[in-house]
Amino acid sequence: MIELQHVSKIYPTSPRPALDDVSMQIDKGEFVFLIGSSGSGKSTFLRLLLKEDSPTKGVITVNDKNLNTMSKWQVPKLRRTMGCVFQDFRLLRNKTVAENVAFALEVINKPQRTIKRVVPEVLEMVGLDGKENRLPNELSGGEQQRVAIARAFVNRPLVLLADEPTGNLDPETSQDIMLLLERINRTGTTVVMATHDYHIVDSMRRRVIELTDGVVSRDQSRGVYGVGR
Amino acid sequence: MRVNFVLSEVAAGLRRNLTMTVAMILTTGISLGLMGTGLLIANMIGDMREIYYDKIQVSIYLADDVTDEQRDSIAAQLDASPEVQDYIYETRAEAYQRFTQQFQEQPALIANTPEDALPESFRVELVNPERYPVIAEQFPNGAAGVDEVRDEGDFLDRLFSLLNGARNGTLAVALVQALAALLLISNTIQLAAFNRRNETNIMRLVGASRWYTQLPFILEAALAGLIGALLAIGGLVLTKILFVDKTLAGPIKAGIIPPVDWSAIIAISPIIAAAGVGLAAVAAYVTLRLYVRL
Repeated sequence: MIELQHVSKIYPTSPRPALDDVSMQIDKGEFVFLIGSSGSGKSTFLRLLLKEDSPTKGVITVNDKNLNTMSKWQVPKLRRTMGCVFQDFRLLRNKTVAENVAFALEVINKPQRTIKRVVPEVLEMVGLDGKENRLPNELSGGEQQRVAIARAFVNRPLVLLADEPTGNLDPETSQDIMLLLERINRTGTTVVMATHDYHIVDSMRRRVIELTDGVVSRDQSRGVYGVGR
Repeated sequence: MRVNFVLSEVAAGLRRNLTMTVAMILTTGISLGLMGTGLLIANMIGDMREIYYDKIQVSIYLADDVTDEQRDSIAAQLDASPEVQDYIYETRAEAYQRFTQQFQEQPALIANTPEDALPESFRVELVNPERYPVIAEQFPNGAAGVDEVRDEGDFLDRLFSLLNGARNGTLAVALVQALAALLLISNTIQLAAFNRRNETNIMRLVGASRWYTQLPFILEAALAGLIGALLAIGGLVLTKILFVDKTLAGPIKAGIIPPVDWSAIIAISPIIAAAGVGLAAVAAYVTLRLYVRL
């Protein structure tokens, strides 16, 4: 599903590589925690997967497509197979819950009747049925993140990338969000989640990939956040 | 392509930067209006060349005491000359009539001009207008009933160089104004893109095509360009009605200046509209490519 071969990323403004000779393979349907301190390369990793940036060295393959040789106009197609969730939700404040989710389909030209059908479905799945017409600022943080997850998932992506999705949420709400991500993972969607939240990592016991200064320092199936923690 | 979505984005964009949009429309309008004026002057110059150049290039003014024989002799020489394409004879009465027509706006001038003040003349069209000196040599001033031979082309050349200057000046100002308009469009689009960065970021992440993301901005600029073009065309129409048709009514009727026809304005309107829409759209597209990450 996702494969990195000796990937390095060097930003011109920094003397130290953000990613240094990283190789890994993530299979279809896996749930992977990407951990590491700030500046360890997690965000760079996610950006490279989305082809928001290109690696300085190495080859990245997503869904059997080589991102290095992918032309610019194919990038939107790649991103349609990937959903993204962020710490700060990134919802459109002037659109309702349903409109926020529908937006993701409208801008990729899905037919209106498909949108009418799938938006309520996915809102029900994330537990927001009945709140379709609320605006984001009328919702709690957890609910806003559910909207963001609904938007990321509504097009049934093969991969869901989550960049500290619980970073702004209290522990209890975080648990709910994790249950939701787990549920999405059970539908066969690969989930890659960058996080600092060791409670979550420890309780879920999934594969853990730890980055330290741009290097994979640990890759453990059914891992915990930190040894001896 | 979801038309409603794109159009609502365009409308929202234009509303959001209202002052910038107005500035963009006005500069575009002024620039296009001047361009249209330049084109109209160019048209006019063409028409005037037809009116003047093709007809008379040399006037032979006759002396007051010219005899019938002298007059006939001049006519015979003109008939025989290979240099002469055509000529007409204008009597004092005809000259006066033309004079009153040309200066009908200035009755005082006409009243002070006696009917026989204007000399009779031969108006000569040459095969080659450059050959004026040959005719001047053939009919020396002050001899054989000739008072003066005048090269009208010389006067026309000066008139046309003045008109050409006016046209070039107008087009130059139009060009400078167009540059200002392009920079404003570029700025407005950058601002619009910044205002809508949340939307465009999400569009990018969910895999909207580049074209889909850019189109609202390009249409926004194109629409402003179109409105500017309509303002410019409106300005030309007003100029025709309020200035050309009123202030210049006399000279036009007298045939000194060709009228500005509606057909000329109708002919250049599509050019103005295309220039407005095209330049704005291209400016927006280039701006998005250069400065904005979509």
